[in-house]
Amino acid sequence: MNNPTVKVIEDYCKGCSICVEFCPTEVFDMVGFVAQVVRPEACTRCMLCELRCPDFAVRVY
Amino acid sequence: MAFDYEQYLRPGKLPHIWCPGCGHGIVMKGLLRAIDRCGLQKNNTAIVSGTGCASRLPGYVDFNTLHTAHGRAVAFATGIKMARPEMDVLVVGGDGDGIAIGGNHFIHACRRNIDMTYVLMNNYIYGMTGGQFSPCTPTGDRTSTTPYGNPDPIFDVAKLAIGAGATFVARTTAFHATQIDKLITAGLRHKGMAVIEVLDDCPTTFGRRNKFRSVVEMMKRLKDIAVPVQTAGQMSPEQLQGKILTGILHQEHKPEYCDQYQQVIARAQTAAKS
Repeated sequence: MNNPTVKVIEDYCKGCSICVEFCPTEVFDMVGFVAQVVRPEACTRCMLCELRCPDFAVRVY
Repeated sequence: MAFDYEQYLRPGKLPHIWCPGCGHGIVMKGLLRAIDRCGLQKNNTAIVSGTGCASRLPGYVDFNTLHTAHGRAVAFATGIKMARPEMDVLVVGGDGDGIAIGGNHFIHACRRNIDMTYVLMNNYIYGMTGGQFSPCTPTGDRTSTTPYGNPDPIFDVAKLAIGAGATFVARTTAFHATQIDKLITAGLRHKGMAVIEVLDDCPTTFGRRNKFRSVVEMMKRLKDIAVPVQTAGQMSPEQLQGKILTGILHQEHKPEYCDQYQQVIARAQTAAKS
């Protein structure tokens, strides 16, 4: 399986920081008012960010 | 792989109206995954809601949808199911809509055991109308209409549904995202009234009045208070104090209302011919 690709759609992100807080490997961080992928290599494709993002903003491929 | 939510969403509707961190979006995603897992067809599925934050959900999804008067979602859904029994009917709504204003419709739909799936997003408050207390606001908590603490005891939605006669009752929280779609899937596959209560967070009108500093704090609280029903039996009453049980709380099989009504129609037609 390829390495996971994590994407945050900035237009949808409202900055609730659920993904930042609950990602087990700290892939995300807040940059201004939106979440951004800062450590993509740490992603284990557990999908918790995508499942818990209320705004359809996080996608894991 | 990322789940393709777009296939079930109306184009151009995102970002949605819900506040940052509101759990309704998480529930909507769970609902769409459950619909996908059950293979429901868009043309054969009706999603009905009343009024309120949670009731905005049908506006985003590409099914037969109905946004109705406050509290009347179940009444409209009953009409759809009676007229078109082959359709899959889902009702979505909040605690104020479903248990307070629509409480009467709710208990009687449970009593009739009509085949529909009710996803109740319980965020403890009337969010859209300005943060008034609902029957699910915990005792002592502050809302815009109870600034010195709510004196009322709460409705336990699951016990109410079981008592009223619903044949499938389950509960989960917005934190437990995978459990949401598992329980809704089980509810959709159940023939009869299925009630799935999802405890939710309302950071804007509930959280800020009750000293929750962030969305994350509200989500952690949901994680802390949830106890799976399978493990609750090994816990003492003291340990269960302040906790809520999650999972499938009740399931039984009883005659379904539309089937019963078809028999009434058949009896009436036989009587008319003779």
